Amino acid sequence: MSYPADYPYFIAAWILLCGLYGIARSRHLVHMVISLTVVQSSTYVLLLAIGFRRGGYAPVFAGLQTGVKVVDPIVQALMLTDVVVETTVVALLLAMVVKAHEKGGTTSPDDLRFLRG
Amino acid sequence: MKRSHRLLLFAVGAAGMAFVYCAGALNMPPWGQYRGPYGDVIAQLAVYQRHATDTVNAVTYDYRGFDTLGEEFILFSAVTGVMLLLRPEPDRSEEKGGGGSGNPASFPDRATLSETVQVFTTAIFGFSVLFGIYMATHGQLTPGGGFQGGVILAAAPMLLYIAENTEAFQRIVSHPLVEFFEGVGAAGYALIGIAALAMGAAFLTNVIPLGKTGDVFSSGTIAAISACVGVEVAAGFTLIIFEYLREILSRSKADEE
Repeated sequence: MSYPADYPYFIAAWILLCGLYGIARSRHLVHMVISLTVVQSSTYVLLLAIGFRRGGYAPVFAGLQTGVKVVDPIVQALMLTDVVVETTVVALLLAMVVKAHEKGGTTSPDDLRFLRG
Repeated sequence: MKRSHRLLLFAVGAAGMAFVYCAGALNMPPWGQYRGPYGDVIAQLAVYQRHATDTVNAVTYDYRGFDTLGEEFILFSAVTGVMLLLRPEPDRSEEKGGGGSGNPASFPDRATLSETVQVFTTAIFGFSVLFGIYMATHGQLTPGGGFQGGVILAAAPMLLYIAENTEAFQRIVSHPLVEFFEGVGAAGYALIGIAALAMGAAFLTNVIPLGKTGDVFSSGTIAAISACVGVEVAAGFTLIIFEYLREILSRSKADEE
């Protein structure tokens, strides 16, 4: 294999930076929220990469003998809850975008000056 | 700040972060050679200690149950926030002559799909409800659990929306019981934890009899909490979808007038 042995870690960093770049140059609040989800998905890649074990089975012992080599169940549990919770948080952020557009008539993060005191 | 300045600042920060991250990642154990002790310990013990064959859910709803309670309340408050933000505003509905009062049931829309698609989507409705319940109740045995099952359950009314019309969808999701179930799901989780306190154990201790490994009613509180989370997630997602739909409908109605 020509890749470095731990390339998933760098894929996670790449996804994280892509998302941050999207937030930094965003011209639209919806685009910004979606960029945030890209940032968040980088944590899934990182966590699963940390817990992965070559040749390991899924940590579900239905039809699998206890004692076999499995991947780490803890990191999977960490991201399992987050996938669903993230969706509701995105819904909350998008609701804020709807209200910002309603009150300020704009969806550009640069034009949110009406929010000031 | 000018855009060019902002991007320059981002480039500097990103380069610095990438450097520190790479330095850190190169010193991690190589990919595929997991060395942490905790995952192995849980994977070996969960089946014997908790009679749950899906160790991921044993971690989520038992060993890490307290954190999941927090996550559940993030979900709960996010849903509450969406409902608060998107609630129909009285001034807008007065302007539009009661149009945006959150009762767009008279909004004329019918599904434009072919009858074949409608028939099959309606048929899948029952299947997806069943599948969602199956997922939420078998989390302790196989991959699945309350979070996944809840989302599948919440998708079922969407199928009805696709196949039928907004009215049929609204009859289901605007029911007061949906809000009731959202509260029941969140409270049920906390009450299961408090029940352990009442029995003299620590908060969220697995006090329900564990049952036989592989049974649906096994693993004690894992199955119970998973079911509570399923109810909570299903109701929460349904409420979010309904609030957005109401927002869209009141807008398009206002545009028409």
